[in-house]
Amino acid sequence: MIDMLTDPAALGELFATMLRLSVPLVFAALGGVFSERAGVVNISLEGSMILGAFGAAWGAIAGGSAGWGVVTGALAGGMLGAAFGIATIYAGANQIVAGIGANLAGLGLAAFLHRLTAAGRAAENRVPGFGDLTIPGLADIPVIGKALFSTDPMTWAAILAVPLAALVLARTGIGLRLKAVGENPRAADVAGLPVRLYRLCAVIACGMLAGLGGAVLVLSQVFLFTEGMTAGKGFIAVAAVILGRWSPVGAALACLLFGLSDAIQLRLQFANGDVPYQLFVVLPYLAAILTLVGLVGRSRPPQGSGSFYRRESR
Amino acid sequence: MMSARLLKGAAVPVGAVVLALAVGALLVAATGGDPVDLGTQIVDRVLLDYWGLSDLLSRMSPLLLAGIAVAIPLRAGLYNVGAEGQIYMGGLFATVVALNLPAGVPMPVALLAASLAGALGGALWAGIAGVLKARRGIDEVVTTLLMNYVALNLVSYAASGPLKAPGAPYPYSPEIPEASFLPLLMADTEAHLGVIVGLLVAVLARFALGRTAWGYGVEVAGKSPGAATYAGIAVGRTTVIAFALGGAAAGLAGAFEVIGLKHRLYANFAAGYGYDGLVVAFLAAGDPVWSVISAAFMALLRTAATTLKSAGLDATAVTIVQGLIVLFAASGLALQRYGAFDRLLARRRRAAIPTAGSGAVS
Repeated sequence: MIDMLTDPAALGELFATMLRLSVPLVFAALGGVFSERAGVVNISLEGSMILGAFGAAWGAIAGGSAGWGVVTGALAGGMLGAAFGIATIYAGANQIVAGIGANLAGLGLAAFLHRLTAAGRAAENRVPGFGDLTIPGLADIPVIGKALFSTDPMTWAAILAVPLAALVLARTGIGLRLKAVGENPRAADVAGLPVRLYRLCAVIACGMLAGLGGAVLVLSQVFLFTEGMTAGKGFIAVAAVILGRWSPVGAALACLLFGLSDAIQLRLQFANGDVPYQLFVVLPYLAAILTLVGLVGRSRPPQGSGSFYRRESR
Repeated sequence: MMSARLLKGAAVPVGAVVLALAVGALLVAATGGDPVDLGTQIVDRVLLDYWGLSDLLSRMSPLLLAGIAVAIPLRAGLYNVGAEGQIYMGGLFATVVALNLPAGVPMPVALLAASLAGALGGALWAGIAGVLKARRGIDEVVTTLLMNYVALNLVSYAASGPLKAPGAPYPYSPEIPEASFLPLLMADTEAHLGVIVGLLVAVLARFALGRTAWGYGVEVAGKSPGAATYAGIAVGRTTVIAFALGGAAAGLAGAFEVIGLKHRLYANFAAGYGYDGLVVAFLAAGDPVWSVISAAFMALLRTAATTLKSAGLDATAVTIVQGLIVLFAASGLALQRYGAFDRLLARRRRAAIPTAGSGAVS
C-alpha cells in the first residue's frame, strides 16, 4: 500500500490507471453537466452509456475501424437521449421517472441488439479498438508521463473536452443561452429563446457524450461488448455532476477522484488476495457517497433544474 | 360515475402498457417469432396453468413489496431508487437471524423473527438515505442508487465469507432451519405466503397514507415542504420515516425471498426486483392498492420471459418493454395532468357534432 505512493514507477502506474478509469466517467459527467445546466436532471446516463458501448462495438466491427465505433457509439447514446428528452421536455414526464425508464430501455435494447448481432465465438466479436500512441521523450516523464503521453486518443479527447466544455458554457452565446434556459426558463422564453429546443439539444448532446463514455469502455479498454459492462458507472457520473457543482472542471475532478478510488481499489484487490474482493469493489461507491456527505451540503443546483417548462403555466 | 372515474384513471397506464407490448410484439416478430402465438402460449402456460400461476404468485410477492417501497416515499415527494439494495439487506438480515435462532424455536416465532429482521435491515439501509436527505439535503436518488451497489457487494461478501456454508463448492450460506420456512400458498410449488402479506401491507399502506393524519402530513410535505413546515409538520422526520417504511417493505421482500423461496443466501439472489418495483409503483401512480394490479402484470412479464426463452426467443425484450412502459406511462400521465388529452377530445367532439346532428335527422 505504501510503496504505491513512494515508488515513482508504482505511482506512475497508479496515475495511469486512475486516468484510464476516469475517462468514461468524464465524458458521461460532461454530458450530465450540459443537461442539468439546461434544466433537465438526467439520470439516464447509465442507459446512454451502455447503448453507446453496444453502438461502438457494433460500429467498429461493421465499419472495420475504431473511428466508426466512436461515431455509432455517440449516435446510439444520443438516440436514447432524444427519447428521454421528448418524454421529459415535450410531454412533461417527470425527469427522474423518465430517466429510470430510459435506463431500463437502454439496458434492454443494448442486450437485445447484442444477442441479435453477436457472432457465436468471442474472438469474432473482438472490437478493433484504439491502440496507445506513445510520444517519445514526453512519455518518459516520471509519474505522469506514461499516463498522459502513452495513451489512446480517447483519453486525449477527454482531456481536451473538459476545458472546451467549460469554455462553451462560460464564454459562448450558446453556453449563456443554455444556462439561461436552465436557470430561468420563463425569462429566457420572454427573451425569445426556444426553451424546449435548447433543452432537447442539450439532452441529446448529453446522451451522445454519455454514449462516448460507453464507447471508451469498448474501444480503448475491454475491446468487447458485454451486457451490464457499465455496472453503475453512469450513476457515478451523475454523482460526479453534483459533486462538481454542475461545472465541467468540477465534474471532471470528481471523476478523477472516483477513478483514483477505483484504481486504489484494484491495487488493494490484487495485493490482498486473501481479503474478499467485494470489500474493495465498494470503495468507489462509498467514496462517492462520503464525498457527497462531506462536500455538497451547501451547493445549489441550477434553479430551473428538474422542472417541466410550459409556456401556459405559471 | 365511480366506474367512469376509475376507467379514466386507468386509461393512461393501460394505454402505456398496450403501446409498450405492441413494441415488444414487433421486436419478437423481428427476431422471427410469432407474437400472437406467443401471447396465447403465455396465457396458456402462465394464467391457465397451476404451475404457471404459482410461478406468477411467487414473483408477484417481491414485486408488490418493492412497489410499495417506492410508493410510500413517492407520496412524500421522494424517489427511492434503492429498493434493490434494501431487498438485499433484508435478505441478509433475515438469513443471519434465521441461521442463529436457537433450535426448537416454534415456527411462528422463527418466521416472525426472520421477517422482522428483514424489514429492519431494509429500513436501516433506506433510513441512511432518508437521514442524509433530511439533514444535509443530499439528493436521495444518487445516494440510494449508489447504496444498491454497496448492498449487492455486501451480500456477495457475506455469502462467500462469514456466512459461507462449510465445504460448499460455491459461495452460498447454509440452508436456514425448516422452522423459518415461509409456508406455501399452493402445495408443491414455489408460491409462498408472501403475496398475502404483500396484499395486507398494500392495504395498510393505503390506509395509513390516505386516512390518517400522518399520511396527510406526508402528502403535504411532498407537495409543498414550505407549507408543511408552516403547518408544523416536521418535514425532516417525515422524510426519514417515509424512507424507513419503504425500506421495511423492501426488506420484507428480501426476507421472503430467502425464507420463502431460496432458503439460503447467495450473491444476486433477488436480482432486479428493486428496479422493477419502480415500474410497479409508477404504473400504479404511487397507489399501494393499484400496485397489486401492476405487480401482477409485471410478474406476468417476468414469467413470460421464461416462456420467451423456452420458445427460443430473446428475453431481453421484456426489459425493453418495461422501460418503454415507464417512459410511456410517465409521459401519458403528464400529458393528462396538463389536459392535453382533454383538449384533443374536445376538439374531436366539436368536429363530431355536425355529423351527429345530420345522423339524427336521417
